[in-house]
Amino acid sequence: MIYARALGAGLERALETDERVVVIGEDIADPYGGAFKVTRGLTTRFPERVRSTPISEGAIAGISAGLALAGYRPIAEIMFGDFVTLAFDQIVNHISKYEAMYDGTVSCPVVIRTPSGGGRAYGPTHSQSLEKHMFGVPHLRVVAGSLLHDPELVLRHLLAHTYPAIHVEHKLLYPLHMIEPERGLDGDLTVTRVASSEDRLPTAVLRAVPREDCSVTVLAYGYQAELARRVVERLAVEEEVFAELLVPAEISPLDWEVIEHSVAVTGSLLTVEEGTAGWSWGTEIAAHVGRELFGRLRRPVEVLASAADVIPSAREREAEMLVGEDAIMRAVRECAG
Amino acid sequence: MRFIRCFEETLLSLFDEGVLNGTTHCCIGQEADAVAVMEHLREDDHVFSNHRCHGHFLARTGDAVGLLAEIMGKPEGVCFGTGGSQHLCAPGFKSNGVQGGIVPAAAGIAMANQLSGSDAVSLVFIGEGTLGEGAVYETLNIAALWSLPLVVVLEDNGWSQSTPSSVNLAGDIVPRFEAFGIPTREVVSTDVQEIHAAAGEVIGAARATGSPRVLVIRTYRLCHHSKNDDNRPEAEVAARWVTEPLRIHGERLTVAERDDIDGDVRAAIDEVVTHVRQL
Repeated sequence: MIYARALGAGLERALETDERVVVIGEDIADPYGGAFKVTRGLTTRFPERVRSTPISEGAIAGISAGLALAGYRPIAEIMFGDFVTLAFDQIVNHISKYEAMYDGTVSCPVVIRTPSGGGRAYGPTHSQSLEKHMFGVPHLRVVAGSLLHDPELVLRHLLAHTYPAIHVEHKLLYPLHMIEPERGLDGDLTVTRVASSEDRLPTAVLRAVPREDCSVTVLAYGYQAELARRVVERLAVEEEVFAELLVPAEISPLDWEVIEHSVAVTGSLLTVEEGTAGWSWGTEIAAHVGRELFGRLRRPVEVLASAADVIPSAREREAEMLVGEDAIMRAVRECAG
Repeated sequence: MRFIRCFEETLLSLFDEGVLNGTTHCCIGQEADAVAVMEHLREDDHVFSNHRCHGHFLARTGDAVGLLAEIMGKPEGVCFGTGGSQHLCAPGFKSNGVQGGIVPAAAGIAMANQLSGSDAVSLVFIGEGTLGEGAVYETLNIAALWSLPLVVVLEDNGWSQSTPSSVNLAGDIVPRFEAFGIPTREVVSTDVQEIHAAAGEVIGAARATGSPRVLVIRTYRLCHHSKNDDNRPEAEVAARWVTEPLRIHGERLTVAERDDIDGDVRAAIDEVVTHVRQL
């Protein structure tokens, strides 16, 4: 099943099983079914609880906040991740604050889904991965969809907890098939899922050989994780360069224990993200891992991110700017040395 | 009203004494709005308030100990001292200090009422300065489209912090709401009875129809915006003391009745302060 359908099925299941679930967002109603068709069919089945909104990201987030404060479980869609800036006040000053600033007397479990990332030549304001601006916001979790995490299970996990979450979905994932390992194997890679506690969503762990024989840990999420998976498999098969790939679903805050266990063995870490370089996911991870595993690292943590620039609409220039498979390949080879 | 006034005057003197944290925004002169509105609310209704929330909070909950302890940063405060003056929470009441953002949250609570089939209303207090925020208009649009039982009470006190509303507001206030098709009632008054009657009609209509309503109250803030930040013309402020709500309503009472109320309130506030100081 492709990611978009799996996600839509997850939303449908959530609406079926939990009457508190409300889905709102721009143009999500049938027959259009959302800009990326994730919500297709939902307004027909659940006309009361699934509503298309005006172009009002701030109100979408704010109304979701009120619904959540009143005991409902809103799942809002912000049509493009770039537009999350229009909901930023709600995310930072309202949704993520209520529970803590009211001393736990309320919770505000809003889930905001948002299609992100480039690769479709949509240009400067419809291609960004802005999640780095939400990393580290206290009491907010940022979750990244991937082909390795069943979206139905992710949604079920979020609905079983009361923290607010941003769910970023790279647009290029939507038409791709979910990775469903057979007997723990996806091609030449074993796939396992680990979490340090039941409170955390699992991190997928992929490798061709035992961890002890891997010479680098690669940490990636979303579509970049899919690119990294292809690279890790290809390097193992073609060059006998062995890497362990970690794909977390929760990308902020991170499940550090899982990462540290891997890096302590491989002695090298490469982080991969599509967001712009500097003050990023990878730089925070590098600071943490550098401090915690200083004596165990063979080399400095390598951070691979896209150029700190506007994303051009011209296809070749966009491909040059964003982290792609070739750049990941070069970085894995280097970090494995 | 007398209790809210006395509570806030006490707050200001406690500030001068140096025992309070942070900042505070008093509603001296606007007490009638809080009292008149709350009289029409039920336990299952919800109130969202803003930075100037003490009067709303006290009229809604009566919890002066919890509020003072909160403003004094004590763990016995309603939010454990985390919220302070402008971030309060109690059953059926919340406040947050960022302008505008509470309006969609109040609409979300109204939507929850609609979904659960309740005739409870969600009421939000804003000021005329908040009309500069886009979130307000996004929300009015959706509240009208979806027929949400949302009541917006706009307290127009004429001054947005230090800026007169004539500099901040183009056109007029009422047509802004009417443009969304939301019935809007305007009351130019600091008389608690007049505001009470208007609020009753507005809240009753929102409850009966399950759709949004707006009450615009033209009032005046007699104190500074927060602390020591008042540059308004003295003559303008002095003129408004003549029509302040305690004076207007006080004229309906005998001297003896007023003295009794004043004495009771003073004693109650003294007891609150003594108790909270000892926490």
